Amino acid sequence: MQNVEISIPTLNGWLLGYPVTYLFSNEKLKKATGVVSMQSLHIYKIYVTRYPYVTGTSVIAMKYKDGVIMASDTAGSYGSTLRYKSVERIKTVGDHTIIGASGEISDFQEIMRYLDELILYDKMWDDGNSLGPKEVHNYLNRIMYNRRNKFNPLYNSLVLGGVKNGQKYLGTVNMIGTHYEDDHLATGFGNHLARPILRSEWREDLTFEEAVKLIEKCLLVLLYRDRSSINKFQIAKITAEGTTIHPPYSLRTYWGFSHFQNPSKGAAGTW
Amino acid sequence: MALRGDWMYENNGGTCVAIAGIDYCVVAADTRLSVGYSILTRDHSKICSLADKCVLASSGFQGDIRALHKHLSARHLLYQHQHNKQMSCPAMGQLLSNTLYYKRFFPYYAFNVLGGLDNEGKGCVYTYDAVGSYERVGYSAQGSGSTLIMPVLDNQLKSPSPLLLPARDAVTPLSETEAVDLVKDVFASATERDIYTGDKLEIVVINASGIKREYLELRKD
Repeated sequence: MQNVEISIPTLNGWLLGYPVTYLFSNEKLKKATGVVSMQSLHIYKIYVTRYPYVTGTSVIAMKYKDGVIMASDTAGSYGSTLRYKSVERIKTVGDHTIIGASGEISDFQEIMRYLDELILYDKMWDDGNSLGPKEVHNYLNRIMYNRRNKFNPLYNSLVLGGVKNGQKYLGTVNMIGTHYEDDHLATGFGNHLARPILRSEWREDLTFEEAVKLIEKCLLVLLYRDRSSINKFQIAKITAEGTTIHPPYSLRTYWGFSHFQNPSKGAAGTW
Repeated sequence: MALRGDWMYENNGGTCVAIAGIDYCVVAADTRLSVGYSILTRDHSKICSLADKCVLASSGFQGDIRALHKHLSARHLLYQHQHNKQMSCPAMGQLLSNTLYYKRFFPYYAFNVLGGLDNEGKGCVYTYDAVGSYERVGYSAQGSGSTLIMPVLDNQLKSPSPLLLPARDAVTPLSETEAVDLVKDVFASATERDIYTGDKLEIVVINASGIKREYLELRKD
């Protein structure tokens, strides 16, 4: 190390997007490195603002009479390729919350590691307290917003539902930290296609059967119009009694509409 | 900067208005949260009560707005512990400016109007840009509908020129109920033409007897 000129990389360059280094001549070396460790320095490239690779499409959810119902398909798309067909995108978090995710699947799995650790460490207090959907939502809001502030977002839109102390809760947060609550929610395509249906047909006193019917109506619209959706859905519900994530099942489709069979018929000027 | 792309921010729209009177202040904002042509929710409050006589309304990027509100609330809690009193509205005004400027090169995408009562009990309104420039005024509008509302307020409440010496009071001559009615009118009008304003109006009135809240339904289309 005696005769080499040394450059010290800094984190100042991190925000600028290119490395910033300070160069020191040999005689100043001792002084310059006096404050830092003399161990050899490994420099790793810091990756930020990645692109999503394997992604999940819409999640839809709504409150009903005695809890919250949530649904999504089980596809994991690699761009426009349907790469994985049985990815569970709805999970439970602790005793009072379910979470549904669209966007990057690996980031969602990372989020689940955060949440499982959070729940575990909270349980270890063994004080009879537990985290409810509101707390989990708040935690995720801060996680998502913090990661965007580090230019390294978690590429997801998350939906959280739950019941605690007789209180129904339904909230969402996206990759840059925008978060809000509502009686019914949807991510991605669902915001365009499912929410208008929910806005006109949703009621607070929907029974579970009616809620499933309404959710299936939304899923069917998404199946017909969202090319990255597949006909394999999971429905989850959470009530004061507990959580149920139903095994995947398919919906009956009908492709015999005349406009599906001959789209250009009756549309003058197209071929 | 290279890494700071479009994805860092989102414009969630919304309009905020505040009017100061001789012994009151009206702060109002709509409750619509949108992005692009989509409405995310119709019932999301943009107003945060920071102190007994100090209320902040903000529009812009919801993530930044919530972070800003939480930060200011935390700072106000520390202030109460240190000084055993509520922060005054002018002090909160300066704090908000400093907080925004602190992030001058990675700004909070938030357009704020701070309303309340000053140390003499007079209504006060502070209006900001995203990086902390601010001014005490008699009335103000910020956010997506501000271009539609501000000229109407100018027309109805023309305040004395700030160039006049000695300085005149900027507070409006209206009574409290007249001011509330004016706010309802300007929001109903802005809702007609601004797609990011609508659903519901949240009005907060601050006077000597405390803080009152009321709501008015707006067009939902």
